Amino acid sequence: MPDGAMPVLDVRGLKTVFRTRGGEVHAVNAVSFHLMPGELLGVVGESGSGKSVTMMSLIGLLPSPPADVREGQVLLGGVDILKVSPEELRRVRGARIGFVFQDPMTSLNPVFTVGNQIIEPLRAHMGLNKAQAEARAVELLELVGIPDARNRLRSYPHQFSGGMRQRVMIAIALACDPEVLIADEPTTALDVTIQAQIIELVKELRHKLGMAIVWITHDLGVIAGIADRVMVMYGGQVVEQAPVKDLFADPRHPYTRALLKTIPKVSGVREARLQVIDGQPPILAGAPTACPFRARCAHAFARCHAENPQRRAIGAGRVGYGHDVACHWDPEATDA
Amino acid sequence: MLTFTIRRLLLAIPTLLFISLIIFLLLDMAPGSPMSQIPLTVPLEVRLKMIEALGANDPIFFRYINWLHKFFVIEPLHVFDGLFGTTFAGDSLRELSWQSRSPVADVIAQRIPQTLTVIGMSYLLGILIALPIGIYSAYRQYSWFDQLGTFISMIGFSVPTFFTGVLLIVVFSVKLHWFPSIYDTTLKVTDWASFGKQVKQMTMPVAVLGLYNAAQISRYMRSSMLENLTQDYVRTARAKGLSERVVVLKHVLRNSLIPVVTVIALGIPTIFGGAIITEQVFKVNGLGQLLITAIYANDLPMVQTLTFIFAVLIVLFNLVADILYGILDPRIRYD
Repeated sequence: MPDGAMPVLDVRGLKTVFRTRGGEVHAVNAVSFHLMPGELLGVVGESGSGKSVTMMSLIGLLPSPPADVREGQVLLGGVDILKVSPEELRRVRGARIGFVFQDPMTSLNPVFTVGNQIIEPLRAHMGLNKAQAEARAVELLELVGIPDARNRLRSYPHQFSGGMRQRVMIAIALACDPEVLIADEPTTALDVTIQAQIIELVKELRHKLGMAIVWITHDLGVIAGIADRVMVMYGGQVVEQAPVKDLFADPRHPYTRALLKTIPKVSGVREARLQVIDGQPPILAGAPTACPFRARCAHAFARCHAENPQRRAIGAGRVGYGHDVACHWDPEATDA
Repeated sequence: MLTFTIRRLLLAIPTLLFISLIIFLLLDMAPGSPMSQIPLTVPLEVRLKMIEALGANDPIFFRYINWLHKFFVIEPLHVFDGLFGTTFAGDSLRELSWQSRSPVADVIAQRIPQTLTVIGMSYLLGILIALPIGIYSAYRQYSWFDQLGTFISMIGFSVPTFFTGVLLIVVFSVKLHWFPSIYDTTLKVTDWASFGKQVKQMTMPVAVLGLYNAAQISRYMRSSMLENLTQDYVRTARAKGLSERVVVLKHVLRNSLIPVVTVIALGIPTIFGGAIITEQVFKVNGLGQLLITAIYANDLPMVQTLTFIFAVLIVLFNLVADILYGILDPRIRYD
């Protein structure tokens, strides 16, 4: 990851608010991250930490109202796609940014053939005629490892298994050769062996096609296997960001440390109980004025209740490019 | 699908025979006499002879079999002869209305065109209005359009047709003289002028029933659209960069239509049933009006035949709805 290269996707200070009956919910708070060409960024955090909402905010997939993407820039190839018209944004979706969703059982339209659903973006974005689009669809299905692709085009989603459907979803997302693929928990709804197959497939496709990938998950084990860099989210903000090795070797944020402890170990001494992080993630009724993790943090002190920590770099390098953390607590000072 | 259809059609036969028996027995056991319309001055012996002549004194199962035979064999043959000038039926005895002494089938055949034009048109109009309203109301849920649509369909639903019918007559016939209040069945459409007249006299009954039908179907359409708009596949369609038009009118609509088409198909028999009240209000002499007058006159053959025709249509359109369901939803395969 050469420092001089231009990121394909650069998100700066993104802020998304949901307007509800009970007032505003600040789901995404000043999230900044970037994605280098060909890089795989893992995004982890528990449910409700704002991972999915952040990614959907990028390309206008949140229903508005209630969602309101209030501040920030999303630079795709240098152009802020939050500022472009809905029509232009539509031409980014599916063409330059592909999306794979969590549940393949419900993410495909049950009444159209798989072929029809793959062909749609090809015809909408690439202007292919029917025959060309069909040829490309066969190519895509073969690419994602579906045998007998030409005949399978005429099958309906219910005639596929869960893993096969997720392969179809990936084929759809990759149809127009996107620069960025956003995979929102693509393996969560699948059983473990199928999970492994899908992960292998994505690794392989990344190698072949060279697109950058954002991989959202709450499974740190998956991240360790595929990501270049990891971003940990909590309470709608980025709490820690680091290259994958650094994050696992030297986690700085108490939340990251707690997350790593919750991974059950298969080998070694059997622990009596699975580790959990006590408490619930916060519902953010206002713009944060304190650390969102303070209530569940073992190290919280006075400053944590008064001031929301900013991301600061660990060691050399700029925030976002090396290892950075948003925490007032310094583990070295305490450990020593 | 074909074997399914054939199997269902075969199954319909015992179902309909059972229904016919129930209808026949129920109506036969109901109090009343075929002589109720005959003046009291007619002496008792004559009355008894008339009853004898009508065959109303025969044993009940004999009459039932006789009626079935006429319904399924003799009357269809007569109708066929009437249409194509053949003589298959010969001079076999026909099922006669006790009231008018003319063959039941002929009377019904006279009434069908009025019912089909007026009620059928109102149903068609109701669907054509309801679908776009339902789609747009759901797409812009809680917008002023949706609120207005909800309000109007509440009115269409809850205000009975005898009220809206009379209201329209008072306003547009009595006060404004725009439309005739009575439907003229003898009007023959031969040129533009008579066509205009026909349209004019159809307007009010069609409007009354159309409002009612549109209110009902638009509610179904709206709720079905709402259910589908929040589905994951809609998000996928948007993520593919499809235009809103394609997302809503292709992806969501196709899924939403499945239950609505079923409801529409199941509603078609009610067209033939006629809208009894509306036909009475506007004096449209269709099937509904025929049924109600036959009931008043204790005209058992007519009531039994009409009721059974409705039963046949309901069974038939149930099958049609099931077949449509299978065509629209690829997840449902009957074979």
